[in-house]
Amino acid sequence: MTAVEGTPPAASTPLVAPVAEPLPSSPATPAAGAKAAQGRQRRRPVASWLGVTLRWLALLAFSLLFVYPFLWLVSASFKPRSEVFDNRLIPRTFTFDNYLQVWREAPLGVWMLNTVIVTVLAALTVTISSAMVAWGFAYFQFRGRKALFGLVVATMMLPGAVTLIPTFLIWKSLGMVGTLTPLWAGNLFGSAFYIFLLRQFFLGLPRELFEAAKIDGANNWTIFVRLALPLCKPAIILTLLFEFQAAWTDLMRALVYLRDSSDFTVPRGLKALLDRYGFGGEWHWEIVVTASVITTVPMIVLFFLGQRHFVGGIAGTGTKG
Amino acid sequence: MTSGLLATSKAVRHSERKSAVSAHDSRAAWLFISPWLIGFAIFTAWPLIYSGYLSLTDYDVINAPNFVGLDNYRQLAADPKIAQSLGNTLYYTVIQVPLHVLVALGLALLLQRAGRASGFFRTAFFLPKMTPPVAIGIMLLLLFNGQSGVINGVLGWFGFQGPSWTTDPNWVKPGLILMSLWTVGSSVIIVLAALREVPDHLHDAAKIDGANSWQRLVRITIPMIGGTLFFLLIVNTIASFQTFTEAYTAYFGSGNTTYSNDAALFYAIYLFQQGFEYLHMGYASAMAWVLFAIIMAVTVVQLVLSKKFVFYLGGHR
Repeated sequence: MTAVEGTPPAASTPLVAPVAEPLPSSPATPAAGAKAAQGRQRRRPVASWLGVTLRWLALLAFSLLFVYPFLWLVSASFKPRSEVFDNRLIPRTFTFDNYLQVWREAPLGVWMLNTVIVTVLAALTVTISSAMVAWGFAYFQFRGRKALFGLVVATMMLPGAVTLIPTFLIWKSLGMVGTLTPLWAGNLFGSAFYIFLLRQFFLGLPRELFEAAKIDGANNWTIFVRLALPLCKPAIILTLLFEFQAAWTDLMRALVYLRDSSDFTVPRGLKALLDRYGFGGEWHWEIVVTASVITTVPMIVLFFLGQRHFVGGIAGTGTKG
Repeated sequence: MTSGLLATSKAVRHSERKSAVSAHDSRAAWLFISPWLIGFAIFTAWPLIYSGYLSLTDYDVINAPNFVGLDNYRQLAADPKIAQSLGNTLYYTVIQVPLHVLVALGLALLLQRAGRASGFFRTAFFLPKMTPPVAIGIMLLLLFNGQSGVINGVLGWFGFQGPSWTTDPNWVKPGLILMSLWTVGSSVIIVLAALREVPDHLHDAAKIDGANSWQRLVRITIPMIGGTLFFLLIVNTIASFQTFTEAYTAYFGSGNTTYSNDAALFYAIYLFQQGFEYLHMGYASAMAWVLFAIIMAVTVVQLVLSKKFVFYLGGHR
């Protein structure tokens, strides 16, 4: 792409006094320059002390803002029905009943099992297939490679709504609507975002290594499985984590494909509980709150298990694109 | 001399590599990418063509599609719910996306100076992103509840009478937008990574020239991370045009019969209703294509603007 070096941003110019005007222009008088510098030095300690304090207050306030809803939710899940909305952080009456009641009222165990099946299969299939495809694009040179990879990238921009209905009709014609299969089986064919991510990673590996293995007689599959995949472990883990989260939290597909409560995933079940116990007339928000906690906790655990990978992986998406 | 030698040896190596690409290798390459090729044919190319065809038909899943020409598109132009859902979606996008990017930038700037504690704060900022969107929709209903929600409780401390965020049509979208900012964490991490790539010497030079921190932010930092900010702008625009789960959870489905949810009727929700609740699959397909066209147009405009305004470090991206 074109680099417009040296072009200052057009916007915002009138707002700010020209600062870094022509650099070599000498200060009007040396004395004035020195005086200004002195003034800055004297002012600095107070200003920076104030700045640091404000910054820490802001950081703490925002952290509270981000963490508080969790604390509220967890706390509410231990309150009896009449106190759910009292907005106290520590329950006045501490009870474990809500958890027992959710377990009795909803087939939560079945929903959990369904979700685990879907997420594990979705994460494994998409990782294996995307890694294969990414390796195909990264290692080999073949006619049409660039154009095809451009197509991979282009599909990332395609809104899901456009393919939603025909994809539903495909699964319907296979008799799979009402089963868990449509929630993960599309992942057998790789996913553009992960292909892009893994290819970037493969391109960073030293090619000489693979050429050497080839001379030693290793075939293409061996090179991929024994050499490339182990070297790309961080990206593989990242793909697994990202897809695990995506599959665990997906509601749209569950709404489209699942019919019976016994087939529900946890997000779909949670929506059903909200419809029934929330504003559905029964007004048992303590059940909805508790089920929300149960749905969310596995993701929090997942984050703490893979925190390093999550943060590193997300940081990379913005700058390497 | 040496550089010439190097160049030739490079060229030799290059041609060796080229000749090493045998027919066998190229067959292997196609085998490796075959999963994607098959998937693209079945789950992207075919659905794209077929939904284009369906958009020209009446189709209720039970009876065969009945060709009606451009009727769906004509109907769409006259459907008041289309105008309404499109309006809601635009309202949401125009406010949520810039706000999202600004908040991400602000928080990243704060984090950048947090020193050793930045890891702790980063975790706190990111955690909400792990919450399933269904749970976020539920939390919206609870935290923003007009009578008993925490938000209005806190506003009450300061003497403000908070609105009925979840039932007043004027306040439903602002509530959804504020709630969506709770999951700004991944964008914060992206901006933070970009900030760390801005070379220190630029700031040092500006400091020597007497630039204050606001001037340095506007003149150096923001232009240097402009590419990343535009990336966030584009990605979030595409996502927010398709926003569905939080609003659907909070305001739609079989439960809600007590109050009007027109204010939360986003385009993707109306599309879902048409397709899967009323089984107007032809009409929903036409809706999908209109959305596709809008997103494409907006993205192209954004890309053109980004080329005009953004300074790319290194210039090879």
